[in-house]
Amino acid sequence: MSRNDGKKDSSASTFRKIDVDQYSDNNFREEDADGGIGGPTGPDENEILTLLSQGKNAEALISVLRSAPLGCKNQQVKDNARNLTLKVLLSIKSTQIDDCLGQLDRDLLDVLMKYIYRGFEIPTEGSSSHLLTWHEKVYNISGVGSIVRAFADSKRA
Amino acid sequence: MTEVHNLGVDAISCHAWNKDRKEVAICPNNNEIQVYKRTSSGWKLLQNLQEHDMHVMGIDWAPNTNRIVTCSADKNAYVWTQEGDGKWNPAWVLLRINRAATCVKWSPLENKFAVGSGGRVIAVCYFVSENNWWQCKHIKRPLRSTVTTVDWHPDNKVLVAGSTDYKVRVFSAFISDMEDAPGNGPWGHSNTLGTLLAEFQNTPNGGGWIHSVVFSPCGNKICWVAHNSSICIADATKGNAVIRLYTEHLPFLNCVWMGSNSIVAVGHSCMPMLYSIDDNGQLYFVSKLDNTQKKEAAGLSAMRKFQSLDRQARTDTNDNALDSIHQNTINCVRKVSNNEFSTSGLDGQLVVWDLKLLENSIAGLKIA
Repeated sequence: MSRNDGKKDSSASTFRKIDVDQYSDNNFREEDADGGIGGPTGPDENEILTLLSQGKNAEALISVLRSAPLGCKNQQVKDNARNLTLKVLLSIKSTQIDDCLGQLDRDLLDVLMKYIYRGFEIPTEGSSSHLLTWHEKVYNISGVGSIVRAFADSKRA
Repeated sequence: MTEVHNLGVDAISCHAWNKDRKEVAICPNNNEIQVYKRTSSGWKLLQNLQEHDMHVMGIDWAPNTNRIVTCSADKNAYVWTQEGDGKWNPAWVLLRINRAATCVKWSPLENKFAVGSGGRVIAVCYFVSENNWWQCKHIKRPLRSTVTTVDWHPDNKVLVAGSTDYKVRVFSAFISDMEDAPGNGPWGHSNTLGTLLAEFQNTPNGGGWIHSVVFSPCGNKICWVAHNSSICIADATKGNAVIRLYTEHLPFLNCVWMGSNSIVAVGHSCMPMLYSIDDNGQLYFVSKLDNTQKKEAAGLSAMRKFQSLDRQARTDTNDNALDSIHQNTINCVRKVSNNEFSTSGLDGQLVVWDLKLLENSIAGLKIA
């Protein structure tokens, strides 16, 4: 239902394309609203890879999620963290997922959900089906709220 | 147990009760406000208030002075007063805003009201008898985006507002022209209109628009709900400490305090949820307040088919009923009495819930 079907509306719609906000000096910019919290600068790749090679998958997952650079402005740092997180997610076998999720708190589950959705954006061979398994299991714990937060938060993965 | 009222409208965008709860004003999701009276044979439409040109965004009914204030996307607000013959007459309010008016709330003493706007401004309005009209003063800074919700502190001098810039702010709403003593409560000293007393980020992660914010009955706490499915409480007596609860539900759109430690939140989940604060100040989920079982549709009728097309834009008639009374988003909740509250939503239903009665029917439900 449109909010704009009041009496005074004309049928013309071109005026909708005019960005009236550009004429305002006190414009709202999303970055300003985020505040000055820098947050982690990204996970330590060597540490994560070492943990993975030692078979400490759960530790690797916790470590990579805890240091996720969600608030970072540098896209390169975010992409590196995304690639590393996906590597961790894909190297954990389906049978181990429940065990790993049991060690995460609610906040880390929300971060995890954000990376699962990021992973869907850049599929590799077989990655999406594995991520869907992750998605199902995270959803079972933290519900639709977790999905909503993956979209609503302005600090994304 | 739970009273379900159907006023014969498709969707209700907001509703407000009069003092004795015999009359209700609703907006049927257009530019009109309909006032209904409860009679022995159902609801009777008393008057259709038509003055706004665009969607009505907010209605508030002052119980003691019996005045209705409405605001709309057409940038106007009207104060409606009842004449001797029962007809409502509008008085235009000089809002001086250049974007839609999004929300409106009477102050507890009913001598002021606040209107939030898409123009990054809150208009605090009061009556000037010399000019015989409603006039306002603006709170502008540091609002960065549309104000979606406002609420008044019980002391009549402090205002809280939620905004689409992901922040909740507490302002002084003291108007020196008409009030004598400035307020001095837990939120701070309010002697100038627009003084920022407190500011809260929804979450450290940004976290979506604020949909609703309300003061607790004592005025020491505020509770807000936002589009990241969270419900948060800030306590002025504990150094503005914030308790956040990220829920597993769809986002809440509105909330109301039921007593000093309980909150009912409603929204896209189509059923009211009860949250409480425990002795340690932690917020926890108590229960869904709707344990309706899904009704099995009997047979297939043309009427049901068209109804389903009309209400939900679905052509198949099987399995489109939800396990709840409301069949669509609930966007408005109001306190009716100490243990009753009412909800209305996009399914056009107005439902009155009684917590005392719900306590008996839902296992483990205890209202603090």
